Amino acid sequence: MDQEIRQVLAEHGRLAVDVSSLDENTDLFAAGMTSHASVNVMLALEDAFDIEFAESMLKKSTFESIASIRAGVLEMTDA
Amino acid sequence: MTATTTAPPLESGSVDVVRLMTDIAEKVSGPAADEVDRLGRFPSETIDALRADGLLWALVPREFGGLGATLSEVSEGLVALGRQCASSAMVVAMHHIQVACLVRHGTNDLLRSYLAEAVEHQYLLASATTEVGTGGDVRSSVCAVDVEGGTFRLEKQAPVISYGNFADGILVTARRSEDSPENDQVIVLCRPPDLELEQVGEWNALGFRGTCSPGFVLRASGDADAVLDQPYGDISTQTMLPIAHILWGSLWLGIATAALDRARRFVQAEARKRPGTTPAAALRLADVSALHQQFSDLVRGSVRRYEEIEGDGERLSAIGFAIGMNSLKVSASTLVVDVVRQCMVICGLSAYRLDGPYSLGRHLRDSMGAALMVNNDRIMGNNAQLLLVHRGE
Repeated sequence: MDQEIRQVLAEHGRLAVDVSSLDENTDLFAAGMTSHASVNVMLALEDAFDIEFAESMLKKSTFESIASIRAGVLEMTDA
Repeated sequence: MTATTTAPPLESGSVDVVRLMTDIAEKVSGPAADEVDRLGRFPSETIDALRADGLLWALVPREFGGLGATLSEVSEGLVALGRQCASSAMVVAMHHIQVACLVRHGTNDLLRSYLAEAVEHQYLLASATTEVGTGGDVRSSVCAVDVEGGTFRLEKQAPVISYGNFADGILVTARRSEDSPENDQVIVLCRPPDLELEQVGEWNALGFRGTCSPGFVLRASGDADAVLDQPYGDISTQTMLPIAHILWGSLWLGIATAALDRARRFVQAEARKRPGTTPAAALRLADVSALHQQFSDLVRGSVRRYEEIEGDGERLSAIGFAIGMNSLKVSASTLVVDVVRQCMVICGLSAYRLDGPYSLGRHLRDSMGAALMVNNDRIMGNNAQLLLVHRGE
């Protein structure tokens, strides 16, 4: 799963650094992800994992790190 | 119609912020409005009067020495000010946006003690968010804060700083550090004597001429605690953007209300000449009154919407709320032009003239600025993005 998340971030996150260098707790917004890019990341995650994030999860904190994204995706796939 | 009718009931012993702001608007701002516009001069009499009554920092809670005013009170006060002098109202609105950011997000010791000092001296605060080289995108910065040994240093090329020459302090956005990407921004309180402004060009604009908004090269330094702790992105989403759109909408409503006042007086004067015959323009007056009511309910509904979740950072950050506050700005800035334009048709050449009691030239010019200050196309572009992921109310 982490590999797919990193793939999505590499394609859509428009980060200022190489995705492979990121720790799973690195703040993605501090790493250069704009709110515009985070929307694309979210859309690509929904496509990749065939999920739809709940309204309550559509907030900055869900997408702020690889770990938080993983938790969000797991919550939706378990639901 | 009076601007005070929708003011919330006041607690006993509290200051009637709406009444005080309305009095100043009518007695001080209104009489000076045409001169402020014609000369493009700063409306110092309005600011001095608000300062004398402690109204510039009215939003500060009483525990920090302020008046503990609500956003709806300040909003109503700005409707009254906008009705008399849109330039004065815009200066006051922009100042209050900065105050709201400091009250909500300026939580460290230095900024809290600044709050008490600012209330005492009734400082006027300006803002420097736009920057040369970012294409008007306030959510990215070129300049960066350089912190060394507990001291920050900052230089910014600002294409516009409204009333920069008259402000006692400026909230400035910048990248967090030299190594930060363009969107990792912070906001810094910059103040004299460690604030230097080098003016670039003049402000000679179609409307809002009294806001005195030329460009500047801004150089500042100071205690590193003057950098607000939270990221600018969060401060913008939760406070600066919604409050800006609400307070701008309030003063634009004031402009529309002034135009409607003139149109109504015009039609009534016509009716008095021929009692028994409804003037042709009366139907158009009915039409524009309905439009004005939409506008008024939009602004006042938006204030309520904000106040209901004020203090809840999570709900203030929700996508639906952001879309709503963006739509407010676009709708209000469109409605103000529509109302003024229709009122101009009602009053005819009496409105087109630059003199006389029905002149609407200043109102039309001021209203045209609303869609341009943070361009509506940019805001709609943001909403287009947000709607790709919004789940509905």
